[in-house]
Amino acid sequence: MALNKRHPAALFAVLAVALGTTGVAYAAVSNQTTPKVATQSETQVEQGKQLFLEGCSSCHGLAAQGGSDGPSLIGVGAASVDFQVGTGRMPLAAPGVQAMASMPSYNPEETAALAAFIATLGIGPAIPTQEMLDTSDAELALGGELFRTNCAQCHGASGTGGALSQGRMAPNLMGSDAKYLYEAMISGPQSMPLFSDQTLTEQDKKDIIAYVQELQKNISPGGATLGRLGPVTEGLFLFIVGLGVLIVSAVWIGAKSK
Amino acid sequence: MSTTQDSVATPANTNAAGKNGGVATFIDDRLASANFTKRLLDKVFPDHWSFMLGEIALYSFIILLLSGTYLTLWYNPSMTEVVYNGSYVPLKGVKMSEAFSSTLAISFDVRGGLLLRQIHHWAALFFVAAISVHLLRVFFTGAFRKPREINWVIGTLLLVLALLEGFSGYSLPDDLLSGTGLRIAQGIIQAIPLVGTYVAMFLFGGEFPGTDIMGRLYSIHILLIPGLLLGLITVHLIMVFYQKHTQFPGPGRTESNVVGFRLFPIYMAKAGGFFFVVFGITVLIAAFVTINPIWLYGPYTPSQVTAGSQPDWYIGWLDGAVRLMPNLETSLLGYTISWNIIVPALVVPGIMFTALGLYPWIEAWATGDKREHHLLDRPRNAPTRTGLGVMALTFYMILQIAGGNDVIAAAFNLSINSMTWTFRFLLFALPPIAFVITKRICLGLQRRDNDKLLHGYETGRVLRLPSGEFLEIHEPIGDAEKAMILGKADVIPLELPAAVDANGVRNPKAAKSIMRAKLSRWYYSDVIPTPTDEEMLESANHAEHELHAAQSNTKEIANH
Amino acid sequence: MNELEHPTGDPYGAKDGKDLVSGITVFPMEPHVLRKADIDPRAARRAERQVAAMFTTSSLMIILFIVAFVVIPNTTIITVPVIGTVNANHLATGFAFGMAILLIGIGAIHWAKKLMPDVEVTQDRHSLTSRDDERQAVAESFARGKAESGFGERKIIRRSLLGALALFPVPLIVLLRDLGPLPGTRLRETIWDKGIHLVTDATYRKIKASDVPLGGLINAVPENLLEIEHDEGTLNQRGKASIIIVRMDPAEIVSQQGETWDYQGILAFSKICTHLGCPTSLYQQRTHHLLCPCHQSTFDLSDSGNVVFGPAARRMPQLAITVDSEGYLVAQSGFDQPVGPSFWERG
Repeated sequence: MALNKRHPAALFAVLAVALGTTGVAYAAVSNQTTPKVATQSETQVEQGKQLFLEGCSSCHGLAAQGGSDGPSLIGVGAASVDFQVGTGRMPLAAPGVQAMASMPSYNPEETAALAAFIATLGIGPAIPTQEMLDTSDAELALGGELFRTNCAQCHGASGTGGALSQGRMAPNLMGSDAKYLYEAMISGPQSMPLFSDQTLTEQDKKDIIAYVQELQKNISPGGATLGRLGPVTEGLFLFIVGLGVLIVSAVWIGAKSK
Repeated sequence: MSTTQDSVATPANTNAAGKNGGVATFIDDRLASANFTKRLLDKVFPDHWSFMLGEIALYSFIILLLSGTYLTLWYNPSMTEVVYNGSYVPLKGVKMSEAFSSTLAISFDVRGGLLLRQIHHWAALFFVAAISVHLLRVFFTGAFRKPREINWVIGTLLLVLALLEGFSGYSLPDDLLSGTGLRIAQGIIQAIPLVGTYVAMFLFGGEFPGTDIMGRLYSIHILLIPGLLLGLITVHLIMVFYQKHTQFPGPGRTESNVVGFRLFPIYMAKAGGFFFVVFGITVLIAAFVTINPIWLYGPYTPSQVTAGSQPDWYIGWLDGAVRLMPNLETSLLGYTISWNIIVPALVVPGIMFTALGLYPWIEAWATGDKREHHLLDRPRNAPTRTGLGVMALTFYMILQIAGGNDVIAAAFNLSINSMTWTFRFLLFALPPIAFVITKRICLGLQRRDNDKLLHGYETGRVLRLPSGEFLEIHEPIGDAEKAMILGKADVIPLELPAAVDANGVRNPKAAKSIMRAKLSRWYYSDVIPTPTDEEMLESANHAEHELHAAQSNTKEIANH
Repeated sequence: MNELEHPTGDPYGAKDGKDLVSGITVFPMEPHVLRKADIDPRAARRAERQVAAMFTTSSLMIILFIVAFVVIPNTTIITVPVIGTVNANHLATGFAFGMAILLIGIGAIHWAKKLMPDVEVTQDRHSLTSRDDERQAVAESFARGKAESGFGERKIIRRSLLGALALFPVPLIVLLRDLGPLPGTRLRETIWDKGIHLVTDATYRKIKASDVPLGGLINAVPENLLEIEHDEGTLNQRGKASIIIVRMDPAEIVSQQGETWDYQGILAFSKICTHLGCPTSLYQQRTHHLLCPCHQSTFDLSDSGNVVFGPAARRMPQLAITVDSEGYLVAQSGFDQPVGPSFWERG
């Protein structure tokens, strides 16, 4: 046996193994961080379907056809999913009359995947683009008129929310993102009706969003707002603080001095 | 012990009449006012904080007159349509009435305008709140009894007028919230049988909203009702001055005197000072806390509404009544009677205000008490009256809370439907329970008072006798407290008349008299008489003996 | 000694420790306790300085008010902790004015409590009942006047006077006649009619049936509302003619107020609550319930707008609709009943 007696193809074999190992390792790692563009939509929809089957199908049905525990999601559109999942309303933490906004259970990527999946099930409203949410050309005053005509009866003229029947409610809008406002209008979550882009156009919706954003600034020239809930809190403040102070003063006046 | 007399005119003061007397002399030369003025300056008023609640109402009224006058300089009661072009950007270009537009101008373009508006609105809330707590004080202390029944009636009228004044006032900006309330008022008027539609048409100059109502509400609000209020308040105050204020029982206080301080200088300083305190607090609240931000509601239009529509607090109970009433309506021979509106909005307040106004006579008839009263009742000593008052208050409070049921539901995640049913039930279940509980509490307090009189108060110091017995040492209560407790007048229920007289002739009025006597007895039930002088003496002696015996050869055990 | 006390030491109105009128036990007045300022001149001067300081600060506050009013523009907004984002001029002037007034009040009260003599004084009550002879005198004067007037005997004067006085206020009431028109048929009519287009409220666009989504809500008015000027009563008509349009699966419609008053699941109802006239439009799409925010009347729009909760007694009137040749929603006719709250003559 001589030390030099190597097979002539040995070097190629080692190189091939080294390259192959490196290549596979690289592909395996890179697949997890940056999915290749060419197969993105497939992967996202697939991912969305997996997430749906794991987390949503128990109430919404395996084919999202709905059931006694949850409505059909066929045709609700990506906007609806982005709203419900993005605001943490879905998945429903516990059965109840109203799904409340909370910490989202899915990260933005997972949310997008779910939305993409549901969008494939039927034609429905899409997630609004940045341009649709750009309120720089919005008419604030018209937005106010539209808000008071279409939104104030449930959400209150100051957007602080209101009660509906049987324990349901129209939520407070003061912390709502423009995107979610748009999506709520177009998808009609829970008790809220739908406002299609034909009857409340994109521009109308922009105007309304601009107005809600103005309300969110919470500019109150006359002083503390007491929650912008109207005469109820004003009356409570009057009796507890106002009359309280005056009665304390009266007691002070009538008390014997040392 | 005798008290030192307050200072009378010293030699130095007699020259003052000549020095300051310019104006006084001018007036006296024409009106012989010296006697009247002296009586006024020397008038004694009793001192208790609860007597100042009516003052809060009076001062709020003055603040309202003042701030209201300023507002009239800028407000325009016209319903002519204008396009807004003021400085509040979110409403620029919006069509609205001149009334709303001028109110926006006051809020944003007139410096101090928003302050004036908020002072005026907060003062209005204070006005009615003060009237209400003042009413409660007068009721629960029995100050409405003879000879003050007329003042009580005037007070009831003042309350009703204050409610109307407030309603007309907050409707003037013609905003979405108050306009909704105005629509409801119109619906109520329209529902009145026979004349409803006519009255509604006449009031609004046609259909709702029309173009006349703001101007009409304006003259009602700045002329008619303030005039009536001013007149009635003046009579109300004159009566208090003339009949002299009532007082709580206490040392030196009898039915025939008033103990307190003189108007000049003490009460001028205290009451005058209190006016500035009420005014100052109102202005500070108006500076720091928003009220009625009409720009958020927008101008009134009958196709818009806001969630959480409530009237100002003092109308809340009517709103609650209308919400709770079941939907009963009768349609007969082409005519509709809307019980669902008439009962809560007209019948219930009608009964409440009538019962309120007539109460002095109701109680006088029921008890048969025709005596004059200048010493007040402590509420515990009139358990039936206190119980009835608490019962009425409970009824009122449930209606009041029901008026805000949707705001409460939204805040605490409750169902408005369940709340409505719960309140319907509580409205009839709670008041009788409140009555019984109140009576028991009054009884308990009376017994404790008697106990204190007889045995003194518990000091918390415990003695141990050689025999092993534990004794708590009681100290007798002070004279002031004794005077308060013993200030309980004897109650004299009506005598039960005989059904037949001595000759066996039946008394035709027997049934009514017997019922009245029984009512009188029921009214005075649960009034425990105070111990007699003999009982108190005996008890004091007994206590002294016990203490004496216990203090010799004992160890005192400190105990807290 | 108080001039109103009896020689025995009893307060006025009492004898042997018992109230003359009510019989309750009355104790003598409590001994007067001197205050610090009564005894110690330094305490008195301190109190004096405190009162003066309050009055002086009040005056300074007035100056602050004037400065703030003039200097701070009315458009300046500032953010203050706890209070929020507020108008600076309003806050500053309100604070200054309020403090100025409050300090006068506190100063005056402090002055009265600390420095003015706080000895309790008694005063007698005068009788609130006149003596019998005084009452008799009134009765006599009245009788004299009555006799002199002849009101008692001269019957025809009395009767005709009472008649005239009773009728005298009548013009005051008759003058109110022109406050407004008689109701007539106003409450029964709206401007809806056959062929009138439904248009969106606030934007006044015609509505295509295909534009109404399932579960949708549209606040709408008749197109001819725009033709009515404000001073001709456009708001009056709006208050009766405002409607809402909703769409549901036709299979979910339990009943309607008329045959084929809907269009392919699109239903139009009056917006004006039949209870007291608030505009409703709180449409909860999953239950098809319409809620009124004022008093919580609830109407089931899938079931002829029948009342399912609350104080409203009558169902929400439905507007029969169809489409025109271009597919826009139009009314088939006006309402078949008065809209809005009930009234006596309604039927």
